[in-house]
Amino acid sequence: MRRPPLTVLIALIFLAFVIAIAIVGNVFSPYAHTDQNLLARLKPPSFLGGDPRYLLGTDRLGRDMVARLVFGLRMSVMVAIMGTVLGALFGIMLGFVAAHFRGWVEETIMAVVDFQASLPFILIALTLLAFFGNSLTLFIILMGLHGWENYARLTRGVVLSAISQPYAQAVRALGASPLRLYSRHILPNVASALIVQLTLNFPQIVLLETALSFLGLGIQPPSTSLGQILGDGRDYLSNAWWIAVWPGTIIFLTTLSMSIVGDALRDYLDPTLKRQRT
Amino acid sequence: MNDHPPGAVISLRDVSVSLPEGSDRKYAIRNVSFDLKAGEILCVVGESGSGKSVTAQAIMGLLPGNLRCESGSIQFAGRDLLRVDDTERRAITGRQIAMIFQEPTAALNPVFRVGDLVAETFRIHTKLSGTQIRQKVLDLFREVRLPEPERLYNNYPHQLSGGQCQRVMIATALALQPQVLIADEPTTALDVTTQAQILKLLLDLRRETGTSIIFITHDFGVVAELADRVAVMRHGEVVEIGTHQQVLQHPQHDYTKALIAAVPKLEAGAPRTFNGPAVLQATHIRKSFRSGGNFFSRGRSVDAVADVDVTLHRGETLGLVGESGSGKSTLAQCIIRLIDPNAGEINIDGVRFSDLDKKALRHARAKIQIVFQDPYSALDPRQKIGEAIAEGPMIHGMYGGEARTRARSLLKDVGLDPEAFDRYPHEFSGGQRQRICIARALALDPLLLIADEAVSALDVSIQAQILELLAKLQKERAFAMLFITHDLRVASKICDRIAVMRQGRIIEQATPADILLHPQQDYTRELLAAVPGAQHRESA
Repeated sequence: MRRPPLTVLIALIFLAFVIAIAIVGNVFSPYAHTDQNLLARLKPPSFLGGDPRYLLGTDRLGRDMVARLVFGLRMSVMVAIMGTVLGALFGIMLGFVAAHFRGWVEETIMAVVDFQASLPFILIALTLLAFFGNSLTLFIILMGLHGWENYARLTRGVVLSAISQPYAQAVRALGASPLRLYSRHILPNVASALIVQLTLNFPQIVLLETALSFLGLGIQPPSTSLGQILGDGRDYLSNAWWIAVWPGTIIFLTTLSMSIVGDALRDYLDPTLKRQRT
Repeated sequence: MNDHPPGAVISLRDVSVSLPEGSDRKYAIRNVSFDLKAGEILCVVGESGSGKSVTAQAIMGLLPGNLRCESGSIQFAGRDLLRVDDTERRAITGRQIAMIFQEPTAALNPVFRVGDLVAETFRIHTKLSGTQIRQKVLDLFREVRLPEPERLYNNYPHQLSGGQCQRVMIATALALQPQVLIADEPTTALDVTTQAQILKLLLDLRRETGTSIIFITHDFGVVAELADRVAVMRHGEVVEIGTHQQVLQHPQHDYTKALIAAVPKLEAGAPRTFNGPAVLQATHIRKSFRSGGNFFSRGRSVDAVADVDVTLHRGETLGLVGESGSGKSTLAQCIIRLIDPNAGEINIDGVRFSDLDKKALRHARAKIQIVFQDPYSALDPRQKIGEAIAEGPMIHGMYGGEARTRARSLLKDVGLDPEAFDRYPHEFSGGQRQRICIARALALDPLLLIADEAVSALDVSIQAQILELLAKLQKERAFAMLFITHDLRVASKICDRIAVMRQGRIIEQATPADILLHPQQDYTRELLAAVPGAQHRESA
């Protein structure tokens, strides 16, 4: 196998680093993300002449930025992963249903897909949050709703083209049930397209979570997320830039890495490139 | 190098093209040398992967980016085509050397009218006025025997048949009166009757215009019809070159002999008789498709299969012969119920197959199996081939261990190594994959095997092997076979009866001997006459 390009390697290493931090990051700070120290408010990072106890500085309530970032990162990544998986499962299932039944079932599902695709999602999110209030469960479900239509549309397309292939017909002619055909033959053959869609959807969900939390509609205090920290820092950009810059940088680099890896994965799984590798 | 023989239009000397690293061999073509004389038709024959297309691409300067010409020279009009710059190249190709391709429908831009497509050549290369160009194009259309040139001028490619598209391609190629025409398998995608017409056209054009033609093909029948001289290629090298007479009558090289021996001939096998109950009895099968419908109208209904009866006995082979669009594949798909016929009754081994509900149908599918044309897409690329063969028996309730044992023994029966069980389809050649498909179909011990153009995509030598394998397996297992093909030569070799299909109906049904010697229908006679190499065959 060829070695992946340097940018992809860097992106992969960075993603591994982010996940490691999300899991074990709290060893870097003795504080909890809610611990306040009103005597040490808005302290700059220690390496810029701030309080030596706070490596990346403190926010307006004197909370340690390291502790807050680790917690926020964990929250953001968890919400994004669960949202992505939820949306993928939901969309892929509907795509298969549409491709299998055709007729009015397909038309209905595709009509809903078009409906969702024609509305800005942030509008849907704002409406739902305004009506049902905010809870973590609802928020994750909301993240799952984002992007399902892309999976459904993509799945329907690739499944339709896969079932018209002679190998699928041959399996049908063997007497296989539809369940066997889809799970053993079609799914493995269309999986690569879906995995790529997954990696492209993930950064979008991270950004959506950030945007909603930034607007104060996402993760609510005392819990926190990268977007919420970013939103907090907005008011202090002139005198305490570090509050907004750290989470912003992490969001930017994480989504960028994810996109790079997704792109590389698409090239890697592309069947037309396969012959050159084998 | 200055050995450009007099009378030669193009001479290739020791042309080698290397393949990218990691390919199965180092050179696409190696030390290829031949001359094309003025007014001559040179046929380049070889199986897939022999380098015949690469040779053509090297002459045209159309080599794909990952191939590089290593050495040699291609002399044309005092210049070495391998060493001209791009400007000079453009002046030569298209103007003095033109090329036509295998897929005429894919080579024509679908959004242009065919007349404008041909006219474009004149617009790029000449300074003629619009009306002059139009007149030129119409003349060309007449020259390539296109019907109603005035009307066709304004048609789009999709409104033309495959044969007409190929004529338009030839017209484009001939527009600037090239000295050399390179034809890369131009008739492979066409029906036999159309192929015969195109071959005749090329012969006429050569006589009228004196164009030299390099004709690339895999079919020795076509070679027999067309060639003045023949070059046989194998693994990128020319193994034999000589006149029509020399190569076809007295081949020197063993490979040429083997290739010629493998060409299926129009001759009937020994007749066999079949008694006892019918395995398959299909009556009044009818299937129509709706086409051209839109929001306002329901469209036109086309009968793909119209009222067809088929009967097959145990151990018998029925050949279903017809041109594309004759409904033969649709009929097969109806019989195996991959699509449901509109009307008709199908009995398999005494069971009303056509009336079974979904669950009973899945169960009954074990009795009737199918092998498709394209062995590359007929196997799940992500399934081990052994698992693919074992899948059928497992679906029908056999335990995994037993099914896998059966798969291994079947691999052996179809001439593959049982150790290949754990390998994936892409590791096999086309012929090997077709063997795997046959093994998969036979794993269920079907009473009826449908072979839908099962050997059409294979090289002749492989084709002969697969036909032999099918005959051998049929003898051992006594399954009935419905053998669908467009090639009367293949059908005459393996079938006990041949049914000729046209426009959804079986118009004639008889033993191969009767079909060949006493065809009843004009259409059957037409088909027979169109078989390439027909007049060169020994009388049956």
